[in-house]
Parts: sequence; structure tokens; C-alpha cells
Amino acid sequence: MSPVVLSLVIVLPLLGATLNGLLGLLLPAWRKQEALIGWLATAMVAVPFFILVAVFASYSGEPVHFTLLPWMATGGLEVSFGYSLDQLSLLMGLIVTGIGTLIHIYSIGYMHHDGGFYKFFTYLNLFIFAMNNLILGDNLLVTFLGWEGVGACSYFLIGFWYSDMEKSAAAQKAFVANRIGDFAFLVAMFLIFWQVGSLNYGAILSEEGLARFTPSLSFWVALLLFIAATGKSAQIPLYVWLPDAMAGPTPVSALIHAATMVTSGIYLIARTGALYVTAPEVMTVVALVGAATALLAALIAIAQNDIKKVLAYSTVSQLGFMFMALGAGAFSTAIFHVMTHAFFKACLFLGSGSVIHAMEHAHAAHDPQDIRTMGGLKKYMPSTFRTFVIATIAIAGIPPLAGFFSKDEILAKNFALGLEGHTVYYLVWGVGIFTALLTAFYMTRLTYLTFYGKERYESHAHHPHESGPLMTVPLWVLAALAIVGGWVGLPEVIDHGHLNWISHHWLAGEHGPVHNLHVAHPSETIELILIALSIAIAGGGVLLAWGLYKKHDLAGDDRVVKLFGGMYRAMQHKFYVDEFYNAVLIRPLVSLAQLVVIPFDQKGIDGVVDGTGKLTTRLGGTFKKLQTGIVQNYAVLMAIGIVVLLGYMLFLQV
Amino acid sequence: MNFPDTTFFYLALSAALFAIGLTGVLIRRNGIIVFMCIELMLNAVNLTLVTFSRLYDDPAGTMLVFFVMCVAAAEAVVGLAIFIALFRNQRNIDINNVNLFKW
Repeated sequence: MSPVVLSLVIVLPLLGATLNGLLGLLLPAWRKQEALIGWLATAMVAVPFFILVAVFASYSGEPVHFTLLPWMATGGLEVSFGYSLDQLSLLMGLIVTGIGTLIHIYSIGYMHHDGGFYKFFTYLNLFIFAMNNLILGDNLLVTFLGWEGVGACSYFLIGFWYSDMEKSAAAQKAFVANRIGDFAFLVAMFLIFWQVGSLNYGAILSEEGLARFTPSLSFWVALLLFIAATGKSAQIPLYVWLPDAMAGPTPVSALIHAATMVTSGIYLIARTGALYVTAPEVMTVVALVGAATALLAALIAIAQNDIKKVLAYSTVSQLGFMFMALGAGAFSTAIFHVMTHAFFKACLFLGSGSVIHAMEHAHAAHDPQDIRTMGGLKKYMPSTFRTFVIATIAIAGIPPLAGFFSKDEILAKNFALGLEGHTVYYLVWGVGIFTALLTAFYMTRLTYLTFYGKERYESHAHHPHESGPLMTVPLWVLAALAIVGGWVGLPEVIDHGHLNWISHHWLAGEHGPVHNLHVAHPSETIELILIALSIAIAGGGVLLAWGLYKKHDLAGDDRVVKLFGGMYRAMQHKFYVDEFYNAVLIRPLVSLAQLVVIPFDQKGIDGVVDGTGKLTTRLGGTFKKLQTGIVQNYAVLMAIGIVVLLGYMLFLQV
Repeated sequence: MNFPDTTFFYLALSAALFAIGLTGVLIRRNGIIVFMCIELMLNAVNLTLVTFSRLYDDPAGTMLVFFVMCVAAAEAVVGLAIFIALFRNQRNIDINNVNLFKW
């Protein structure tokens, strides 16, 4: 395929954002053309998707490179807007543009009648542009450009309804938390450039490139890149922004904060996996942080009542699973989970959006996102209900739906590493199994309380109604993908992994860009036991929650409270992490600023600036008196000057 | 100095004219007088130019004098127009009254 066509993948979303943004800004009439705006924006994502599908279909195994522009050439640093389509970036690109297209279509229905319709699609297109840069860029700097771009778009979209102070504060929180990670990314880039002299993935990850990393350097670079990933991908300690990010419109939560942007940290680590393998300590840190995050978020999710908050913590928890895979050196498995998670979590979020829409119409008095005021929605919203249930089964990890395959593979890889003598990975595995149980439990709770049981709202005035086809069709597509998406990665026991297409034939195959850690496979018996265990855990979690809430309905929560005892309050309050950060970081910083920075700014810096101005004024005030306005005074001065000059030249300067 | 006798007188005359002109420019307030003094200074310079032109037998100095005279004529036109405008405004041409450009 010609480079011109390929460059459309990058250029079209930017063009869409520019067109919609400028026309909307300049022509008020354009803002009312919702169909035109929406479908234009959708086309700008759909066309790149089809181009990528064509590349995928005709992919030869060799990466396809193309360059848009040279960017900068200074000294030893030469960077261009170069892109590379290999197995990894192609897969990510398909996920981003494919799900992006579906969510654009959904948003046309969801954002109907919103005053900022054109702005929404401008940001959405801009996001796709940045995300494509992030995943398709062939060097760290283009990836970083995309990394910053998606952060900015995330900020715009979380604070989309910016007149609400709480939402605008959530946007700022997300931005600041991400900046901390971005800083680590920058330092990692400096270190890499210092040592390798290039920012191209090809040069860094080649044998010569990797040979330049001393053990301590690869430790620091890997750790810094991981810190960057904890910001973008919401891991401990920087995950706190993601639950608050649910302030944005629901399609944004689905696209940016579930399916695509938050997985960019996983992409980054999978891309630089060859470097991570040389830093085993960091790998352990990654796995442990992932496990801790998964467990913490799953515990919080059980005690939440806001439908989007549950899904948000679920996302944090699933991202934790992905980091567990990365930490075990199973980079392709992590990407596999990125893919399946994108399908079912996008489906869940879009479903929750559909529910919120319906509840807004049914009773305006209550919080439309509170599952305690829902219930029995299945008879009003059949499509939303069915797709939501499918996605719930998928995330719970029940075969043959998508979530089972990727989650089981993550657990198996960790267990295999434990068998090899790295006992800490048994811990990771154990936490993973327990978190899988919690996942099945809280997702079943969410589904039950939303769609089954008694109606806990007054339904005689307005029935909640099903959303239109613009919203249900994407739901069905995603639900279908949530069913079949896992079949590209069948477990090891079936035909020795030859049917595990995504790892063995695509990402980590012979020419694949992903370099998994080599771990001996456990025996078939152990694998079968593990699979049986993970099915039992998932099924157990679902049945437990189902039985509990079917019997007691909303009062089922009381049993959970009793089970967890004092911890439940902490779970409800998100383990007081926000309060902790406030007390330990934010408040001391603010008081420090008030004590030191503000006086210094007002007295020191402002003093210098104001002083310069005052000095100039005073000097001017003194010398302006020379300016009498009488020509003869000037002439006298001039004459005296000439006489002095002449005298000097004639008599003194011999 | 190897001047022919007359050269010294020409230059002395020129210097005297220039000094008179300069003094007039610096101390007189009547615009027309100041203007005439400027012409005086210009002509002092012209005299010097012509003197040296003769002395070194170089026509360039003489040529330059014609330029100076042309410029002086143009200047007279503009200057007198200004004084007329000034007079119409304030009924005199005292240049110390024209002091709007000051602090």
C-alpha cells in the first residue's frame, strides 16, 4: 500500500478535528448540523480503520514504514514523524480505530441535543489522532507526542461539561496525575538518548542498542517507563484520577478511560519488553504493583453504588491484571487482555450510558447513575440488557467468552513463573485468583441490581425506554466481539499453543515485535487444573452474587457488609486514598506554596519587575527636563557639543 | 603655511560669517532673523568650498556649492511657508513661543 494512503491513518482524524472545530467555531449554523458533524467525524475514524484492515489482510510479516515529515535534526538527534506498522502497532491500531468508530456512531445518539456537540466530536477526532501517533510512531518522541496528546484530549473530555466545578476539578486531577507520569517518561527518554544516541524503537531494541544498557541503567529506564505507565494506565500510586474521570460523557469513559488511552502504558511496556527482560527487579515490581492495584480496585468496586464508578474501578482492576501479565514477561498476553478488555469494557460502558439515558428520562429527581434506584430494567431495555449480560459474563471469565482466555493465560503465566522458582509470582497468582473471584462477584452484583429484581423507582409516570439503533448497534457489535474475541488466544493445553494465534503467530511469533520471557510450560495436568480452578472461581463468584442478590435484592449488600466487617467502610470510602494524598501531599504543598513561593513571587520576582519599571520612570522624570521645547536650547547644546568635539579632534588628539 | 596671500582672508571672512550666523541662530528670537542667519552660515560654508576649489583646482567643491544653493532655496520656500502659517496662528513669529514639543 502506498505511503500516501497509509498516512491517511494519521492525517484524517486530524483533518476531521480541524474541520469540525473551525467550522463549528466560525459558523454557528454548522453547530446545528448534528448528523453532518457526527458522520463526518465517524468517517475520519472509519476510513483509517478500513485502511488498517487492508494492511492487516495483506500483511507480509515485515513491518511497513512510512514517514510524514522530518521533525527535527539537531546535533546527534534526528527525529521525523515516522510511523511503523508491525504486528503490535497494527493490532493496537485496529482496536483503537475499530472501537473508536463504534463509539463515534454511539456518540451521535448519546450526545444528541448537547450544546457542545461539535466540540465533542472535535475532541474525539483529536484523541484518535493522538492515539494513532502514540501506537504507530516508530520512535519514542512521536509516541510521547501522542502520549501528551491523549492526555490533553482526556483533560478536555473529562471536563467537557466544564461549568460544573466538580467535573472541571476531575479534569485537572487527571491532568496533574498524568503529568507526574509524563515527567518519568521524559527522564527515561533522556537516559535512553544519552546512552543509545537514538530514540527509534528499532535502534534501541536492536542487539547493539540493548548492549549499551548497563544493568543499573536498564533498571532505571525500565522503572521510569513503568512510572510513566502507572500514570497513564492508572496503577498504584497514580490511579486516583481514573475513577474521577467518569465525570466525562459516557462514550468518553468507554473510549478513552476503558478501551484505548489507559492501555497505552501497557503498550509502551510491551513495546519495550526486550529492555524489561534485562531488568528482572523491575518486572517483579510491575507484577506486584499490578496485583496490588487489581485487588485494591476490585475491593473498592464491590462497595460502590454508582454504575460508572463500579465500572471505573473494574477498569483499574483489569489494568492491574494486564500489568501482572507484563510483570511475568508475558507481553503478548497483556496485549491480548488489552484487546478482550477493550471489547467487553467498552460494551459495558456504552451499556451503562444507555441505562443512564433511560434513567434520566424516567426520574429526574434521583441520581441517574445510582444502581440503588434502578432495578428491573431488563423488560424496558432488551438490547442494552442482553449486551450488558454478555459483557458481564465475558469480564467475569466464563468460557467460551473473551475474558476467560486472556485472564486465564495471565494467571497461568504467573503460576508458571512461580514454578520456575520465582516464588513471589505465586503471590501474584494468588492475588489474581482472588481478584478474579471479586470481579465475577461485583460485576454480577452490578448487573443484577441494574437489570433484575424489583423496580426501585416510580415507573408509572415515564417508563425508561430503550435507546435508538445508533446506540444499540454498536452495543451488539461489541457484545459479539466480547463473545468471539478470546478465540484468537486458545490456551496452551489445546494443541500445544499452536492455536494461540495472537501470541504464537502474531505478536510474539517468528517475526513478531514482542519478545516474551521464556518460561517453561507447566505440565498439562497442572494447566488443566489451573483452567478448572479459574472457571470454578469465576463461576463461583457469579453464582454467589446471583444467589445473594436474587434472595435479598438490594439488602444483599448487608451480607457483604457483615462479611467484610470494618473494612467495608474503608472500601466504600475508597480506602481513604484521596484523603491520604490530600493530607500528605496536597495540603503540605499548598501550605509550602503559601509560605515560600507566594512571598517569593510577590516580593522577589515582582519586586525585580516592578523595580525596573520604577527606575525607568524615575530616570525619565529627571531627564525629561532637558526637553524644553525651545529650539535654541537644543541648538546651543549642539553647538557646544560640536565645539568640544572639534576641540578634541584638533588639539588633543595629536 | 603655503597659502597664496588671499586664501587666508577668504577663510577668515568665512569663519567670521559663520560665527555671526551661529550667534544669530542661538540668540535671536525673530524667526526671520534666525532664518537669515542660517543662510549666512550656509554661505560661509559655500565661500570655504569655493576657496578650496580654487586653491586645489578641483571643480568638485564648486559643484557642491550649487547643490547647497539649491537646497538653501528649497529650504527657504518651506521655511517661509512655515513662518506664514505660524504668523496666522499667533500673530508673531517668536520662535520661543513654538515650544509644544516638551515635557
